[in-house]
Amino acid sequence: MLNRAYVSDKAARYLLWASAAAVTLTIVAILIFVGKEGLLTFADVNPFAFFFSPEWDPPQGHFGALPFFVGSITATLIALLLGGPLGLACAIFMAKVSPGWMRSVMRQASNLFVGIPSVVYGYIGMTVLVPWSRETFGGQGVGVLVAGMILAVMILPTITTVAEDAIRDVPGPLEEGALGLGATRWQTIWGVLLPAARPRILAGVILAFARAFGETTAVQMVIGNAPRLVPGLTSGTSTLTSQIIMEMGQTPPGSPWNRALFMMAFGLVVNSMLMILLVRWVSNRGVAK
Amino acid sequence: MAEQARISAQNLDLYYGAFRALRSISLDIAEHRVTALIGPSGCGKSSFLRTLNRMNDLVQGARVQGKILLDGKDIYAPDVDVVLLRKRIGMVFQRPNPFPMSIYDNVAYGPRIHGESNKRVLDELVESSLKGAALWDEVKDRLSKSALGLSGGQQQRLCIARSLAVKPEVLLMDEPASALDPISTSKIEDLIRDLRETYTIVIVTHNMQQAARISDFTAFFLSGELVEYGSTGAMFTNPKDQRTEDYITGRFG
Repeated sequence: MLNRAYVSDKAARYLLWASAAAVTLTIVAILIFVGKEGLLTFADVNPFAFFFSPEWDPPQGHFGALPFFVGSITATLIALLLGGPLGLACAIFMAKVSPGWMRSVMRQASNLFVGIPSVVYGYIGMTVLVPWSRETFGGQGVGVLVAGMILAVMILPTITTVAEDAIRDVPGPLEEGALGLGATRWQTIWGVLLPAARPRILAGVILAFARAFGETTAVQMVIGNAPRLVPGLTSGTSTLTSQIIMEMGQTPPGSPWNRALFMMAFGLVVNSMLMILLVRWVSNRGVAK
Repeated sequence: MAEQARISAQNLDLYYGAFRALRSISLDIAEHRVTALIGPSGCGKSSFLRTLNRMNDLVQGARVQGKILLDGKDIYAPDVDVVLLRKRIGMVFQRPNPFPMSIYDNVAYGPRIHGESNKRVLDELVESSLKGAALWDEVKDRLSKSALGLSGGQQQRLCIARSLAVKPEVLLMDEPASALDPISTSKIEDLIRDLRETYTIVIVTHNMQQAARISDFTAFFLSGELVEYGSTGAMFTNPKDQRTEDYITGRFG
């Protein structure tokens, strides 16, 4: 029987299906477009040279993207090295040590960190950290160290909130079990709470990695944008994202240069997908165990 | 009571904020005996148990008045080391709470945090504790496997083994069999009878048959008060207080 309720129910269902399809199609279209443009690079460029040559000089026909992969990975690892332990320490403090009011202040601050546009981070890096790095370590100041420091601050909220939730969600009886054996608070946190929360904390670290790897503006402002293999912590280099944003506008569509940039973008996309798979794998393993 | 008292509560009051959860409890717990705490939900029996190893310290707003003497010394005195106290008074919880690590590491956790790192000593402790908890034969071939793969009853015996590994003198058990099936329950009950030789045991239970089967003394709690306390045999055959009789004959609770 056709009636009004039946029709509107049907309509709503089709609308939802259509929305889901539109979103999925958009993602697939981006993947196909970026992938196709990127992979066409290899019509003109030797894939081996693209991935393993450090020489990037497109006007001369040199398309070695190694410096950008290395730059991105180095800056991201520095970010994790600085931001990871700090974020985890904050999370432990918020979950198990701080009084309630302080925790909510820190939560708010953490949310604020997320909301600050990356250009502001970049600006602070440029005006505060770069001169500091130049005076302290010599050299140009710009480079992976400052980029990593900026990224460390930017990923701090991700690590802190995910890890804090993970620690808080460890069942109370586990904590009591450890305390009941005569464990101190610190032994309980280190020996029982953190291991129990580890899968989710790891997932948070991976999310943070993806975030740092993909960050563009802030990095571009402090990295120096010199297309060469990381020469040192405080000398100019470049990353995948910063190189794309620097050069994309000046390359003719369809040229090998343009396509090489697309290939780098495709590398970023593939990296995000791998990270998502890794997060799922890590969290499923946690559940299954 | 003729028996030698290991733990002695004297005029113990427990408050959660303004709520008075325990009212002037005085009770002696005999050495190498099983003392059962019974009573309806919310009567304070679990709260009382948790005052004995200061687990209530963790609860915000919880406050204790009166004394609990362990070997004559007040465990709430300011100079008491809570960590050491909890080493001497072990606890087994209502739901099995094995740590997310291997069976071996679960049992070795306690000795390790108390500074034992000698592999041979730990091996022996793990074996003797698992034997003490009647679990050794079932797990000896998979000590390195995750403890979370054990059945509920095995997990609970593992938790008992974990407590035994720190060589406590007193064992507190908070309804240790309430989440288990009948076969696992009877294993735990057998175990408690054996453990009595070595340990002083205080057990909270909802199950009156269980209290009658395994305990030497029974304390009946009601609304935060200790109504009656005495030998289990006398209490179940000839209760002195009408409320005790009503409870154990199933008229309420």
